[in-house]
Amino acid sequence: MEKGGIAMGKMNNNLVQIADGIKIIPGASAIVAPLNKLINWGRAGSIWPATFGLACCAIEMMVAGSSTNDLDRFGIIFRASPRQADCLILAGTITKKMAPVVRRVYDQMPEPRYVLAMGSCACTGGVFDTYAVVQGADEFLPVDVYIPGCPPRPEALLQGLMKLQEKIMQEQGRWSQLV
Amino acid sequence: MTETKTVDIPVQNGDEDRYQLKLGPQHPATHGVLRVDLDLDGETIVECDPKVGYLHRGFEKLAEHRTFAQNIVLTDRLDYIAAMSNNVGYCEAVEKLLAIEVPERAKFLRVMVCEMSRISSHLLWLATHALDIGAMTVFLYCFREREVLLELFAELCGARLTTTYTRLGGVRQDVTHSIMAKLDQFVEKFPSCIEEYETMIDTNRIWLKRTIGIGQLSAEKAVDLCLTGASLRGSGVDYDVRKHMPYAAYDKMEFEVPVGETGDTYARYRCRMEELRQSNYILRQCIDMMPPGPIVGNDAPDLVMPIKPGKQLEVDVHAGNALFNLIEDRNVFMEGDIYVATEVPKGELGFYFISDGLGRPYRMHIRSPSFLHIGALGTMGKGVMVADLIAIIGTLDVVLGECDR
Repeated sequence: MEKGGIAMGKMNNNLVQIADGIKIIPGASAIVAPLNKLINWGRAGSIWPATFGLACCAIEMMVAGSSTNDLDRFGIIFRASPRQADCLILAGTITKKMAPVVRRVYDQMPEPRYVLAMGSCACTGGVFDTYAVVQGADEFLPVDVYIPGCPPRPEALLQGLMKLQEKIMQEQGRWSQLV
Repeated sequence: MTETKTVDIPVQNGDEDRYQLKLGPQHPATHGVLRVDLDLDGETIVECDPKVGYLHRGFEKLAEHRTFAQNIVLTDRLDYIAAMSNNVGYCEAVEKLLAIEVPERAKFLRVMVCEMSRISSHLLWLATHALDIGAMTVFLYCFREREVLLELFAELCGARLTTTYTRLGGVRQDVTHSIMAKLDQFVEKFPSCIEEYETMIDTNRIWLKRTIGIGQLSAEKAVDLCLTGASLRGSGVDYDVRKHMPYAAYDKMEFEVPVGETGDTYARYRCRMEELRQSNYILRQCIDMMPPGPIVGNDAPDLVMPIKPGKQLEVDVHAGNALFNLIEDRNVFMEGDIYVATEVPKGELGFYFISDGLGRPYRMHIRSPSFLHIGALGTMGKGVMVADLIAIIGTLDVVLGECDR
């Protein structure tokens, strides 16, 4: 037992921090972390956005998903159904005709769910200050991250998703009382 | 326990077995926000009713409140896959209206960027069309080459998609040696890339089965449906604005217009692949024949700053305004209407202006190919299977930003 205790002590010294509060024991395939941090880490590492292109920005979103920028390495995999998605990337202009549909897609997503407003149109309405366009997605959805640009470069989308990951890592008690 | 309620689905056409399906607007295969209302008999489509307007942003109304020069920015967002072509199409139309002369080098540069955007648009079309039908790999390969072109656009004018490259009377920026060298490299390499895509899908049995004989259109039918671009040429009609009504420097270019025979999805695919080769050939000629000289004409107006809100726009108030100076000095014909068509990757893009001489379009109508192509969907979608409708949407090459405007 004593030997084991010594070994454990040694291991404790050798814990490697891989993310905020998440430690691994090298060689032992084990993770040591508080539950809330562990859950946040899991959520941040597997953001699955719904495939939902609205306009120009959707093309840059596709570029971000293709081989040059490769969103897959962040655990970001596009899902065709909102029921399987955690994140809604609003890529493009939201018109007044489209807004109820966007809202419905958001409502169909299971919690925890996040919203990224990609591009000027989704953030503020952009150049389209007209009768047909919703002046910003935050008029009807809780937006987590705003990505400016018209359209933002794929790198900007990556940055936005990384900001979302940062936000997820700091969450406590947002989706339930426990974690 | 509450009683379970049954929902009555209204059957319009009296057939009890019909199932109504709303495809879209949130559907990955509808290329944006297109909605198609389907009446199904089993899996066969009886009625196909495309619904548009989910991306209506009020372009034409917006354009009425801006000067001709300011509207160039809006044209980027029409067909956002090939913004350069829209810029050129718009400027060609306004220049014709205002009688502005474009220098030779600018014309060549316009052809160059047009063809670059044609290649990037066709690559995106191939990527998404193949993705819809089930070939994922092509998507990754196409985006590899497309990325090169987009980075060239970024080097040329600072933006990848929304370029705003043309100006009334020329283009914004001259090409550098670095751009020309990179483009030369691309043009050298690109034909082998086309072969690569073709090897991937041309011998694929699934691809062939899902494209050959699907969405067949006779030449008469295609003309009736107002199709243009490769969608029309796939049916065997030889019509290309670049060839038949040359604009910019297309009259000096040597190229062929590929025409299909069978008029099915496969023929349209072959047409577009051939167009990729022709565009590459035109790019080669642009690099070789690029004439020296200025890129903006002498009588080109400067970019006009936005008018302050609440101020009435009048010619005498804005005497310092370059556009009005131009109109006053040269006594250009400003009142009247004009329609100018250009060939964008999707088809014939036309701009129709009514001008009342105030430096803004009194009315700007955009004849967008995608809108008319979606109109054809109702006819083409009848009697086919649901899965084939996806192939037909893909083959028509629609982009909703341009369709809904």
